Amino acid sequence: MGLVIKGGHLIDPAHGVDGKKDLFVDDAGFVAGVGKAPAGFKAGKTIEARGRIVCPGLVDLRARLREPGLEHKATIESEVRAAVAAGITTLCCPPDTYPVIDTPAMAQMIQSRAWRFELAFIHPLGALTQGLEGKRLTDMEALDEAGCVGFTNALAPITDTLVLRRAMEYAATLDLTVFLHAEDPWLRNSGCVHEGESGTRLGLPGIPEAAETVAVARDLALIEQTGCRAHFCGLSSARAVAMLAEAQKQGLPVSADVTAHHLHLTEHDIGDFNTQCHVRPPLRGSQDRKGLRKALKTGVIGAICSDHQPHEPDAKLAPFAQSEPGISGLGTLLPLTLRLVDEKLLTLPEAIALLTHKPAEIIGVDTGHLGVGATADICLFDPEARWILTEDKLVSRGHNTPFQGQEFRGRITHTLIGGKLVFNLDSAN
Amino acid sequence: MKPGLQFDDAGRLRHLLTIEGLSRQTILEILDTAESFLSVGEREIKKVPLLRGKTVVNLFFESSTRTRTTFEIAAKRLSADVINLNVSVSSTSKGETLLDTIRNLEAMHTDLFVVRHAESGAAHMIARHLPAHAHIINAGDGRHAHPTQGLLDVFTIRRYKGEFNKLKVAIVGDILHSRVARSQIHALNALGVAELRVIAPKTLLPTAVEKLGVRPYTRMEEGLDGVDVIMMLRLQRERMQGALIPSEQEYFNLYGLTPEKLALTAKDAIVMHPGPMNRGLEIDSAVADGPQSVILPQVTYGIAVRMAVMALIMGGSAEPAGGRR
Repeated sequence: MGLVIKGGHLIDPAHGVDGKKDLFVDDAGFVAGVGKAPAGFKAGKTIEARGRIVCPGLVDLRARLREPGLEHKATIESEVRAAVAAGITTLCCPPDTYPVIDTPAMAQMIQSRAWRFELAFIHPLGALTQGLEGKRLTDMEALDEAGCVGFTNALAPITDTLVLRRAMEYAATLDLTVFLHAEDPWLRNSGCVHEGESGTRLGLPGIPEAAETVAVARDLALIEQTGCRAHFCGLSSARAVAMLAEAQKQGLPVSADVTAHHLHLTEHDIGDFNTQCHVRPPLRGSQDRKGLRKALKTGVIGAICSDHQPHEPDAKLAPFAQSEPGISGLGTLLPLTLRLVDEKLLTLPEAIALLTHKPAEIIGVDTGHLGVGATADICLFDPEARWILTEDKLVSRGHNTPFQGQEFRGRITHTLIGGKLVFNLDSAN
Repeated sequence: MKPGLQFDDAGRLRHLLTIEGLSRQTILEILDTAESFLSVGEREIKKVPLLRGKTVVNLFFESSTRTRTTFEIAAKRLSADVINLNVSVSSTSKGETLLDTIRNLEAMHTDLFVVRHAESGAAHMIARHLPAHAHIINAGDGRHAHPTQGLLDVFTIRRYKGEFNKLKVAIVGDILHSRVARSQIHALNALGVAELRVIAPKTLLPTAVEKLGVRPYTRMEEGLDGVDVIMMLRLQRERMQGALIPSEQEYFNLYGLTPEKLALTAKDAIVMHPGPMNRGLEIDSAVADGPQSVILPQVTYGIAVRMAVMALIMGGSAEPAGGRR
């Protein structure tokens, strides 16, 4: 017996679908028909979707689940629940767990733990170097076999450029994607905010824009030399995306994402030491935000991610520089992206593409679209629902978000994984 | 930005965290109150009963002699009970968080915390978590603010120079790392000085410093030209290590205040320094001990200004009524 999602407005950017269409899911959990039922289809269940947008489940390129190692902040279980409540059905977790994801056993352990809950799909990113120490390469082929969709040193810098070059060459040998956090550790030094007006006013040590551009320049030179496919994580400055645009124009195989919060906040949102705005890379100036938005519109940046970093309350109850960086971002990924539609930067299909098939293509996973035969990972949202982000609406264990108290338009009502309903707002309330 | 954090619902000063956001009127009220306290220090019995029965905790997470001592004297002259805590060698070394330290002291019914901390924003963080009856004075947080120093500096300037609106002022030295400079800049701009300059090599000037309302100079000879007030800053000797300056000698040659450089300023210019001084590094002894130096009066005035701030935030009234008997 199948499932029909009836009367909704279906948006599936990968297939150019944008209109009122019913969606039919077979009992194995695959899309069986779009618009009209396939021959012999019997609907056992119906989800009434009138007034709702029906789209592929969201794909988040970077979310820290804190397990293993930092379970006092969050667990795989708490965060996959938060993910599906936010419409996210696929997420990538960076390897900077404790222990580090640098062995196939670790990669498999995380996936099998996640799968126990049958909620979101977790795809680990493998460590690019053993222990993220920037010295010796990991067994990339074995990690790839174990389900890693990319390789990164996360926020740990690879200061030895020769090691980075070799890592890229080796990844290119195996046709793997390297994920890069562009940050020069010397220029960052002890910085915790953008080196600019706010940091000067507050007397907080700054991270100059050059910490990002110097690293991007170095990385691009090595990408060109090695032919490695690379993805820049969470670029923060207008100049860095301009460099990326130039590299893409020259045909280098490089992509990039941006975090939802960097598209909305600037250094000025730190106000008087609001530690909820302590993030890495830092929130930069309004010209940078403008540059990031433009790069999103022109396609230079191919995905929006949450960069979810849940924390226990104490992590933010410290003087700014001593507070831990990061925002609990799963719950605001879609609402903040929909704000870009309200602000007329993106059309709704463009916005959804940046959260679905485009990030899926970056990690090379067949998800984020709803063609016939695709896995039925689906989310439904009410585009008109207005709601205020209050503490009780935060599903993640981490309540660290600067967006608390703000009003949003658009709210997830249903999430399905493989055709199975895993979140329903009506029953959640 | 929450302008309200250091004010209560009636708009009265409840904490002193930073000079930024204080009106000219509020600053003048503090300076006038300090004037009336100056005489207390010259009496035989140097005490007024304004804060009798109140408990003041000097909580210093960073070592300091001058600032801590002047706060202690100020509180004692107001008849408060004063406890000095040097936390860098007690709780934090046992792993207690800043907030836990505060909460424990709060449980002992402290009325006023005077806090110095190495991290910018520490005083703001504490203020957000204090109960309604407790007050905090920021005695220096990282590179951010040292408001009582800024106030005692403008108090000194007013005593020697009178009106602010005709004055050209230059702040010289390590602006980048200086909480004193930031507080001086906010105070002098609120009081409406004619011109405010900062002088330092580019390595010690913060990005976008002009947004604070100052004109940056990199050469002493240009920056000192015709100024009425020179405010020197202390240079930490460890700055050589961060590749910020090459050597003490070169710094002194370029930015040390010598009699020759002082000759470029207005004839009756005054020379200030928040202490402790590095003689022969940022200032020549001939200038530090010379007739234009007001460095020691700054220390004396610091007590009156700190008394005024304590009285105002805890008493709520500008008039130190108890002091007149």
